[in-house]
Amino acid sequence: MLSLSIREVSLALREGRISPVELCQKCLKRIKKTHHLNAYITVTEKLALKQAEEAEIRLRKGVSKGPLDGIPFSVKDNFCTENIKTTCASKMLKNYIPPYSATVVEKLFDQGAVLMGKTNMDEFAMGAGSTDSAFGPVRNPWSYQAPYREQSEADPDNDWVITGGSSGGSAAAVASLTSFFSLGSDTGGSTRNPGALCGVVALKPTYGVVSRHGLIPLVNSMDVPGIITRRVHDAATVLGVLQGHDVKDSTTTTNNQSTLTDLPEELDLKNISVGIPKEYHAPGLSQETLAQWTRVANMFEEAGAKVEQVSLPHTQHSIVCYHVLCHAEVASNMARFDGLEYGHRSEVASSTEAMYATSRHEGFNDVVRGRILSGNYFLLKQNYDHYFVKAQQVRRLIAEDFQRVFSSGVDLLLTPTTLSDAMRYTDFIQEDNRTRSAQEDIFTQPVNMAGLPAVSVPTALSSRGLPIGLQLIGPAFQDRKLLALAQWIEQRVGFAPIRYLGVTGEGAAGVDFRDREHISVV
Amino acid sequence: MAASSAGMSVLLCNNIKQIALFYPSQQRQSLCVIRGIYTPASLCQSKGQIKRKSAPKELVGVVGLEVHAQIHANTKLFSRAGVGFQAPPNSLVSFFDASLPGTLPVLNRRCVEAAVMTGLALNCFINKKSVFDRKHYFYADLPAGYQITQQRRPIAVDGTLTYSHLGGPKRNALVTRSVRIKQIQLEQDSGKSLHDDLRGQTLIDLNRAGVGLMELVMEPDMTCGDEAAAAIRELQLILQALGTCQGHMDEGQLRVDANVSVHKPGDPWGIRTEVKNINSVRNLARAIDYEIQRQVGVLDSGGTVQNETRSFDAKSGRTVAMRDKEGLQDYRFMPEPNLPPLMVYDHCSTVPPGVHPSQVVALEEVRAQLPEMPSVRRAMMVEAYDILPEHSFTLMNEEGLMDYFESVVRETKAGPRKVIGWVMNVLLGLLNQHSLGVSQSPITPKALAQLLDLQETGLISSSVAKQVFQELWKAPGKTARQVVQEQNLEIVNNSTEIHRICQEVVDTHPEQLQAIRDGNKRVLNKLIGLVQKETKGRADPVLVRAILEDMTS
Repeated sequence: MLSLSIREVSLALREGRISPVELCQKCLKRIKKTHHLNAYITVTEKLALKQAEEAEIRLRKGVSKGPLDGIPFSVKDNFCTENIKTTCASKMLKNYIPPYSATVVEKLFDQGAVLMGKTNMDEFAMGAGSTDSAFGPVRNPWSYQAPYREQSEADPDNDWVITGGSSGGSAAAVASLTSFFSLGSDTGGSTRNPGALCGVVALKPTYGVVSRHGLIPLVNSMDVPGIITRRVHDAATVLGVLQGHDVKDSTTTTNNQSTLTDLPEELDLKNISVGIPKEYHAPGLSQETLAQWTRVANMFEEAGAKVEQVSLPHTQHSIVCYHVLCHAEVASNMARFDGLEYGHRSEVASSTEAMYATSRHEGFNDVVRGRILSGNYFLLKQNYDHYFVKAQQVRRLIAEDFQRVFSSGVDLLLTPTTLSDAMRYTDFIQEDNRTRSAQEDIFTQPVNMAGLPAVSVPTALSSRGLPIGLQLIGPAFQDRKLLALAQWIEQRVGFAPIRYLGVTGEGAAGVDFRDREHISVV
Repeated sequence: MAASSAGMSVLLCNNIKQIALFYPSQQRQSLCVIRGIYTPASLCQSKGQIKRKSAPKELVGVVGLEVHAQIHANTKLFSRAGVGFQAPPNSLVSFFDASLPGTLPVLNRRCVEAAVMTGLALNCFINKKSVFDRKHYFYADLPAGYQITQQRRPIAVDGTLTYSHLGGPKRNALVTRSVRIKQIQLEQDSGKSLHDDLRGQTLIDLNRAGVGLMELVMEPDMTCGDEAAAAIRELQLILQALGTCQGHMDEGQLRVDANVSVHKPGDPWGIRTEVKNINSVRNLARAIDYEIQRQVGVLDSGGTVQNETRSFDAKSGRTVAMRDKEGLQDYRFMPEPNLPPLMVYDHCSTVPPGVHPSQVVALEEVRAQLPEMPSVRRAMMVEAYDILPEHSFTLMNEEGLMDYFESVVRETKAGPRKVIGWVMNVLLGLLNQHSLGVSQSPITPKALAQLLDLQETGLISSSVAKQVFQELWKAPGKTARQVVQEQNLEIVNNSTEIHRICQEVVDTHPEQLQAIRDGNKRVLNKLIGLVQKETKGRADPVLVRAILEDMTS
């Protein structure tokens, strides 16, 4: 039941074959069983059951609110949820309970979706591993699946792989069947990266199509709420609910160019042109990922699409400029966390300045503090032109690269999402957050710089038994076309999502053992 | 009785002192009409005070102003929280105003219109595209840690403000000048901090946080407090006419900081100080003139002026250096990423498709709504009523006086020139003496009109009219006619009676009679005065003069 797609389970709910309460309880049970993944910071059990009961009453009367009525979902813990803790995985907001809900959350509530909980992440979404959380790292559910375990000789508690990040909790929640979909956020790849590493579909919509109101920002000019599902079609369904102008977010578009209903089941690729950007043959790209990239490109070609190599010449400069802009906005956005109105306040009260300084020092991890420091450096009067303005100029060049390619007749670009499959946690933490972010976001952040839509689709398992994803990038507001082509890939690559938890993950003893280790922080 | 008179005279002295601030001498009364912005130590008219014998050229002041005008709107610049001056603390605070994470600014169209309208009224160039920036600093009443402002590209630039004040050596000539407006930018107001030193606490009120402000930057085109005060008074009038700002300085709706330096004309500008905490137009003039004098004094004694922020203390009339809390600030300006560029269109027809009509601000529409500017209104007054230009300034500058004057003119047979004399000299004099505003006048326009009618129709003499005015002031319920009847003040034009009194006066003053007959005709006035004294001023002055002339010839 839990491994069904939204379309399937929604139909079953409406036809009365499954009850929303039963579905909710199953998800809650699954959340408990997968506690060791540390995917959730807060599980909203009471609310979920209440919402499920309400959905049940509606569905019994035959008055469904829509395709998401009664469907369990989860939300990354940087979206505000009224009366529900919203921590950003930071000590700073450890006990913060917002008085309002993000627009996207409200829209889902209005559609009758059932909130299971708030998912774990890198603190303030700064990271690409979901390893830098005040509540501990998230574990990739594929670590406990047979294909991985069979080639690993170590104990599952020492040998597990990361989810990617920063929306690792959301990706893990969907992959491990505790939510039918999850909201992530995508600033430089934070939805697509864990989507690829956890073998789920991860959509970053066009900037301005989905409201950011209530999303605690990382980089306002790049943040987009992301959608994580197990099926492409489900992502289209959720996007259909979330998209649209929001008076509370002035950067949302008023003219909706993509009206999403159903995706076409059959697609004629004769007139489709697929671009393969040569700059994405980057150093460090794994052979297996390259093989998947080639495989899907060939599939397109065989189906009659035109596949051509294209150039996005400024790609190599993107990641550096992304970091400059990101850190500058972080420095600014984090200024409000001073311990006065909300959030962590230090005991030091010798002066207002001392209180600010210690509150911020105690509340933020070193990644956040580091970015605040460098961001403020970039914004200093003497540095502004040299860093911020330059980075903005390069950002424009990157956007123009994409525009040029798309206006030359290319419909979409096909690239890898990440360099390789997921790293072992113990390997990943050998390098610092900055290095890892630069590696992990290499293929994803140019899209954020340009505000374009992109989706990561799982295509296969690597020889290590871990998912590999490919990324499709489309022109602005072509989200629907993008998903239609993603679905075409999905239908042909034959990727099998997790249907049940693997042998070593489901054992009661094992779960208890890991629970002791991780529950305490929640 | 003696004690109480002594008390009275003390009171009187105090009153006189108070009046003297506005009216240094009785003779000048009719000239010093721009009340509220006159200062006794004006540097504009008395530059001699700072003349140094040793220096070939004297030091003069250079004054620029930064004005923060609170936009008169129901809601804040970026949120839907209400705007109110005296609401309970933290009762007008939206989630955005408290900077709750995840909240976003949504621009208030009314504030944009107000800024555009103000820009047009001040002859500014309106930028079709302007942008918002974040200005960062940590302060407890700035919850976001930054202020959203328009640093790089403000909504309006390059304007001028024309103003007039009384200048010249005798301070009786209307001088018209203009000051360049560098820019008008939209920005957020901050909250308020209340420091409780006793308990070592700071209390924060965020009601004001996020209220829309227009920051107007005026170039240093002024030289003294009088000019600055006149410029600000004119700005107040313009903003009030536009309805874009209520302009009350004492409620903080209009806040003025002055940049002051001194130099010798032709030399580069001196080091400037910034003077803050000025809460009235009059204090603006005082603060600037004090600061100019202070800087001249520092330079005269061989010192150097420090670039610093100084606070004006209205009690002592001095500026004092403020404790520099932050040292050198780097505001780390950055574009505000949550707000698209602010677009202003020429016409509604030039708006590109896809822009919602409710979001459109079109120049033509705003221009069409521009009300009559104070300068136009004044010119019309001068033209229509044949009054002096300086009178038109007073009529505009005193709140409610214009309406008062026009009401009287409408209701009385007396001509406007007669009315203006009464309003300027008698009414305003008494109001100032009692520190009352025009709206608080015990004498309504109607009562004054009736009084002037009595005089106009010859029923009372002008001196009796002034007497009656005093009576009416004390007993506002009465009409002029009642007072005249009760006190039997009607003019005496019974020539037999007047003849009798005149004869009596002439008979009892032989020396004066002789003097007149010897050719000193001015002594006649003394006799006229005696007759009027006898009749309590009721005798027809023309008749009295004629009879006395006849008797003394």
